[in-house]
Amino acid sequence: MNIITPVLQARNISKIFPGVIALNEVNFNLLPGEIHGLMGENGAGKSTLIKCLTGVYSPDEGDVIYCDNRVFFSSPLESSKAGISTVYQEVNLIPTLSVAENICAGRQPLKKGIINWTFINAHAKELLAMLDVDIDVSASLSEYSTAIQQMVAIARGLDLEARVLILDEPTSSLDEEEARKLFAVIRKLKNDGMGIIFISHFLDQVYEICDRLTVLRNGEYIGEYEIGELSKHELIIKMLGKDLAQFEYRSSKNTVNKKSDKKTFYRVKGLSKRNGVLPFDLDLREGEVLGLGGLLGSGRTEIARLLFGIDKPTTGNASVWGLSGFIKNPKQAVDKSFGFCPEDRKVEGLIPDLTIRENIILALQVKHGLFKYLSVKKQKEIADMYIKLLKIKTPSSEVSVSKLSGGNQQKVIVARWLAANPKFLILDEPTRGIDVGAKVEIQKMILEFKDQGMSILFISSELDEVVRCSDRIAVLRDRHKIAELCGDDISSSTIMYTIANANTNASANTNANVSVNCNSGGQNEAEVES
Amino acid sequence: MNLRLLQFKSLKSYIPLFSTIAVFFAIYAMGAVLYGLNFISLRVFLNLFLDNAFVGVIAVGMTFVIISGGIDLSVASVVAFVCILAAKLMEVYNMNPFIVMIISLGFGAVLGTTMGSIIYFFKVPDFLVTLVGMFLCRGLAYMVDVRSIPIRNETFVNLNTIAIRFPGGARLPLVAIVFIVVWFMGIYLAHFTRFGRNIYAVGGDEKSANLMGIPVARTKILVYTMSSTFAALGGLLYANYTLSGYAAAVLGLELDAIAAVVIGGTLLTGGVGFVEGTMIGVLILGLIQTLISFQGTLSSWWTKIIIGLLIFWFILLQRFLSRTPKK
Amino acid sequence: MKLKLNHESYKQIIGPLAAFLLILLFNYLFTPGFFDLEIKDGQLFGSIVDIFNRGAPVMIIALGMTLVYATGGIDLSVGSVMAISGAVAAFMIRPGYISGVLEYGTLPPVWQVILIPLIVAAIAGLWNGVLVTYLKIQPIIATLILMVAGRGIAQLITKGNIIIFRHENFEVLGSGNFLGLPVPVVMVIVIALLMHFLTRKTALGLFIEAVGSNPTASYFIGINSRRIKLLVYVFCGICAGFAGLIITADIKGADANNCGLWFELDAIAAVIIGGTVWGGRYTLAGTLLGALIIQSITTTILSRGIAPEQILVYKAIVVLSVTLIQSGNMRKMIVQLFNSKKKRVSSIANSGVVK
Repeated sequence: MNIITPVLQARNISKIFPGVIALNEVNFNLLPGEIHGLMGENGAGKSTLIKCLTGVYSPDEGDVIYCDNRVFFSSPLESSKAGISTVYQEVNLIPTLSVAENICAGRQPLKKGIINWTFINAHAKELLAMLDVDIDVSASLSEYSTAIQQMVAIARGLDLEARVLILDEPTSSLDEEEARKLFAVIRKLKNDGMGIIFISHFLDQVYEICDRLTVLRNGEYIGEYEIGELSKHELIIKMLGKDLAQFEYRSSKNTVNKKSDKKTFYRVKGLSKRNGVLPFDLDLREGEVLGLGGLLGSGRTEIARLLFGIDKPTTGNASVWGLSGFIKNPKQAVDKSFGFCPEDRKVEGLIPDLTIRENIILALQVKHGLFKYLSVKKQKEIADMYIKLLKIKTPSSEVSVSKLSGGNQQKVIVARWLAANPKFLILDEPTRGIDVGAKVEIQKMILEFKDQGMSILFISSELDEVVRCSDRIAVLRDRHKIAELCGDDISSSTIMYTIANANTNASANTNANVSVNCNSGGQNEAEVES
Repeated sequence: MNLRLLQFKSLKSYIPLFSTIAVFFAIYAMGAVLYGLNFISLRVFLNLFLDNAFVGVIAVGMTFVIISGGIDLSVASVVAFVCILAAKLMEVYNMNPFIVMIISLGFGAVLGTTMGSIIYFFKVPDFLVTLVGMFLCRGLAYMVDVRSIPIRNETFVNLNTIAIRFPGGARLPLVAIVFIVVWFMGIYLAHFTRFGRNIYAVGGDEKSANLMGIPVARTKILVYTMSSTFAALGGLLYANYTLSGYAAAVLGLELDAIAAVVIGGTLLTGGVGFVEGTMIGVLILGLIQTLISFQGTLSSWWTKIIIGLLIFWFILLQRFLSRTPKK
Repeated sequence: MKLKLNHESYKQIIGPLAAFLLILLFNYLFTPGFFDLEIKDGQLFGSIVDIFNRGAPVMIIALGMTLVYATGGIDLSVGSVMAISGAVAAFMIRPGYISGVLEYGTLPPVWQVILIPLIVAAIAGLWNGVLVTYLKIQPIIATLILMVAGRGIAQLITKGNIIIFRHENFEVLGSGNFLGLPVPVVMVIVIALLMHFLTRKTALGLFIEAVGSNPTASYFIGINSRRIKLLVYVFCGICAGFAGLIITADIKGADANNCGLWFELDAIAAVIIGGTVWGGRYTLAGTLLGALIIQSITTTILSRGIAPEQILVYKAIVVLSVTLIQSGNMRKMIVQLFNSKKKRVSSIANSGVVK
């Protein structure tokens, strides 16, 4: 199909982590002079593949071929020396150093044994000028916005005389204008013959810049496509793993506004967070499961954090139980009988030094306060109950929680919040990395607790799950709340259709088709922002 | 010198350094007003370098440790140990002073490398490891000898006579010259070598530094090697300065060194710092002592309180300055 | 049943307990007269009693330090706070002494001589806590400030003199006895029980461990980590103040220069030997054992006629070995070393088959 030989190639690469097959015989071909999108949902294996290519991991099976040679990079340093330049997802720079130094760190040019600062500064200035960024390169990096920092990280990536450039979510904190400048540079590099791997969760951007796409799902290679031969719908289907027959657009125009008799207890209006999520309205009702549908990076977690008082909102207002005002910190949220089961269980959830029992009763204890200490016997009862209920695999509740497997740790955190018996519970990816049986168990529990009057905000990458559990779904895309679905509209296909078709910048008309107003008060506010 | 200016950042990051210099001149002016020409004589000024040479050398090493994001509590004990060891070897075993110096510096290097390796490879907190180093060296010092040993070795004593002489009888002896040389070495290392810049990078963000291909392990361990070696050098300077070895000497010196570093504008969170500032920090501490000795009736404990207040004040300043991220 | 429930914490102190018993066994075999006890004036005497009695101040400080250490902090200022509280007590008893007036005024009641220094010590702890929690200064540096300046403040109070005094009721704190036991030992028992009650019978202990182990997750659960950290620093200050009072009452004098010198190191060593994790699990019993180990090493060395200057070296070796044993990386490395040997053997075997 193409006479040009690929500059970087992965042949039947497999990578197995204890208990997980991260990559299963994945193929990947990057041609010189092309921009190649690597697509897949969370856990699809994108970063693992990148890490296998750049030498962070060594693949268990298969070959990496670079410039017609089989290569074995043992560290990112080696691959970058060979000409594969990588810009990682989070800005991995050093905030205390100057901009220029960040660009040159580790490879500062020497002149007569001393570092040539004049050259470094001039060189940095030059590179940033390519990206149309004109800043004082001698100022420390921390003085600049995340967007500029991202540009600096990209400039560092451009610095090498590379043949391959890997950009992992390079536009996550750039605005449109900045992204456009970046794209101009990427195109220029492409025309110079560089092969570029582009990873982004912004579909529009992928379609704007990429020539070809490779899709991964659950560590499996799905296929390689010319950008023209794959529509956005088809791409989403490939990423999420639904076959075409299942995916049919159902008109929702005619759906009657279902008046809900459920009482709204938490209402936010125009809430937003800079670099997190654009202004959105949301009503949370008693005894209802609200699902957040959207791809990775669409602002799901950001909304959850705002609602629980972890992040401070930039704009907007809120009222909780009839009192207006934000929740300012998690303590207030817990006092209001809220619970939050976070996405990153290692960093935000587990208390590694404590036992399973203590981890489970912690939230309940906070609610009880310092002095009403639950007796150890009572704690044990509660812990044992949830160990049984969630089928946590452990010899006893007295084992340190750090000794459990990932899935079981997740169950402990879910148990922690269930034990606190909250009125409103946020579940951010509660079923990730959990076996199927437990997933069903947790879903069943969600519905049970809903019936008892608990309100739940449910976030999951698995659309089926969201669909099955939710009474209402807020659909998100690119940090925008684009629609709210309820009743009969709730189906995987509607959600996917909404995500694929909603153009954040297009007129509201397109969206109106799928956006359904579910407000209980009967006020017909448009949920879609233009 | 113009190269340095180019490398440096916006004016704001100089504020700690400027305020350090301002404090120095304020104290100096105060001394001048109170005690007139005696206080601002060249002799008094040069004596600052002599009296604080060993503190200064240690503080340079400590600056790098703190910039790398660590701490070294063992330096004072290393000084005491090297100082008593040198005295014992020269006086009791009649060893050649130059061999003694090599042994001392070698001891410092080995100790520092060991501590650095334990900190890096076993992930034991830095303050714990260096605390153990502090115990160990002080104990070893007592084991060498509990009594004070006067040093009479001619070659070693005569090193004292090497000096740059100024008109009016003021002189800059070898000890002070070593201090100044080490200081310039520190500046060179910090600003013009990759190793120096790697220290800043590791202190700024260790994880990112690793991803950027900076040799984190080597940098972190070598920083402690350097600190302990400088501490050993400080011990030799102290031995030459006092011409005696004493195991209980310089109690609490590590605090003076840390104080000098903090007053000099080095951020305790790592990643930002000035070797130049540390030097001025050392001189400020010296000035306070000089001032108190000039005053005569003011008791020595005021030194401690004032040093404490100065540390506090400069930490507050750092807090205030670092809390201004733009947009 | 109770034993079973707490088996984790029992496991935690088994190491230090064994070490302490080993030291005692060593002395039983090789140090004649080590276990001799006699009763003089209704009070017990002997090397064993001596370990407990002399170890009391370190035990009390180490108890306070344990909580600070468990939250992921450290308090270097305890020695200076001891000096301050001793100086305040002595100053209250003999306010004119420093200006050369040698006679006593009216002796203040003993509760005042104890309470007011403790309040001062609590304020010192509060200062540390504010620096750590509100100004977000690393604990080691924040408490360093008071470590330097605190001794200066103590000297300021005593004007550099050693204030010697007599105050019979106050002296009981250092050298009295209660039911045949030295009062300092009784005090250790009282404070340890009080702490056990305050932290293990309420949720405080759990919260302290949670905050130390994972501050982010604790914050997400709604634990007010600032308030908890503030509390432990204040408490550590009070413990240090109390230890200072015991020493001052014992020697019947306040020596701002030497009171509490090196105590911070002994206290930290005791906490580490006791098995408390930096930022995580703590054990009060372990800390008490740790302090006893430190003290029994000292007493053993002294009673065997070994030069006392070696004490520091032995302490250093003990602390280093304990931290290395506790270090997870150490264990991992040993396991890896073992595994890699096995792997190499197997890979050689495999390659042999392939070729």
